Amino acid sequence: MNVIWMVLVCLSVLFAAVSGRIDEFTKALFEAGKAAVEVCMFLVGIVSLWLGLTKILEDCGVIYKMSNFFRPVMSLLFRNIPPGHPAITNITLNLLANVLGIGNAATPLGIKAMEDLQKLNPKPDTVSFEMMLFIVINTASVQLIPFTVIGLLASYGSQNPNRIMLPTFIATVISAVTAVGILLLYKKIYDRKG
Amino acid sequence: MEKLQQAFQYLIPLFIFFTIAYGFAKKTPVYESFVTGAKEGINIIIGIFPYVLAIFIMVKTFQASGAHDFFKGVFAAATGPLGLPPEVFSIGLVKPMSNAAALGIFTEILKTHGPDSLTSSIAAVIMGSAETTFYVIAVYLGAVGIRKSRYLVPVCLTADLVGIMVAVIVVRMLF
Repeated sequence: MNVIWMVLVCLSVLFAAVSGRIDEFTKALFEAGKAAVEVCMFLVGIVSLWLGLTKILEDCGVIYKMSNFFRPVMSLLFRNIPPGHPAITNITLNLLANVLGIGNAATPLGIKAMEDLQKLNPKPDTVSFEMMLFIVINTASVQLIPFTVIGLLASYGSQNPNRIMLPTFIATVISAVTAVGILLLYKKIYDRKG
Repeated sequence: MEKLQQAFQYLIPLFIFFTIAYGFAKKTPVYESFVTGAKEGINIIIGIFPYVLAIFIMVKTFQASGAHDFFKGVFAAATGPLGLPPEVFSIGLVKPMSNAAALGIFTEILKTHGPDSLTSSIAAVIMGSAETTFYVIAVYLGAVGIRKSRYLVPVCLTADLVGIMVAVIVVRMLF
């Protein structure tokens, strides 16, 4: 990010100087400040609303209930983890927290899951296949309800911000499945290499 | 598809109804819980504000200096044949690195193209279906002190790329 930011900003200064748009450049600087405040004002409302709702879910323990339901599926994916090992529970909880968009709860649960997986890892300085599987599923599966995105669409006057929910859901499911496929493909290639 | 699309319209209201009703049935103090959770919101936004500002400075000055028009032609030549709006390219590039930065670019797209345009819809789906991959890898591997990540990064990058292509295809098919 450092390099990208530096290159683009410096490039803009040079371009502005060459094309005689120094005035516009300075104006844009202040416009940027204004725009950033505006966007964050929208976001305060949207994000607070979502955090308030998901806090209720967290407090009433609904994700623990749901994890009992999803654990068998996870055991199927993570075959090398002995049944009943706490890693499975923490992995399931983390993925559920992600799907429900409880970001605050997801990261600590994910770190706990990683610690559990590390205990099963034969080479502690190298990532294990189960860890990779966990991270790949984690990065590919995202919120069931993309609340912030819908909120921003609504703030900018969309006629029907809800309509992006279905395509987002379909895209998430397809990309999560292909992500696991890609991981298995890479595993095959690397295992052959030794 | 139309029916399914309509069913998804009910998702947010139903979600809110279920959350509050279930919480109440479980004797959770729903009002207090809501307020406690919502209190965190402003802290998160204060946290991301400087990032959003940095991205806006980058994007706005880039546009104002004329550099944007110059490079747009170059990008359009590369992405045009794929039927991809050049802005989609930039959001796909930034999202795996920083959520706040992607949010900045996303709102800029909404402003210039209108919230109901095809470009905005594609960008919205990418925003909703892609993760900040590098952040997750750094935090999770760092937490247990792993230095050798084997083929994890190439897998995640390939998966991100596929995810963006899937987002474009799905939006094209549905809208």
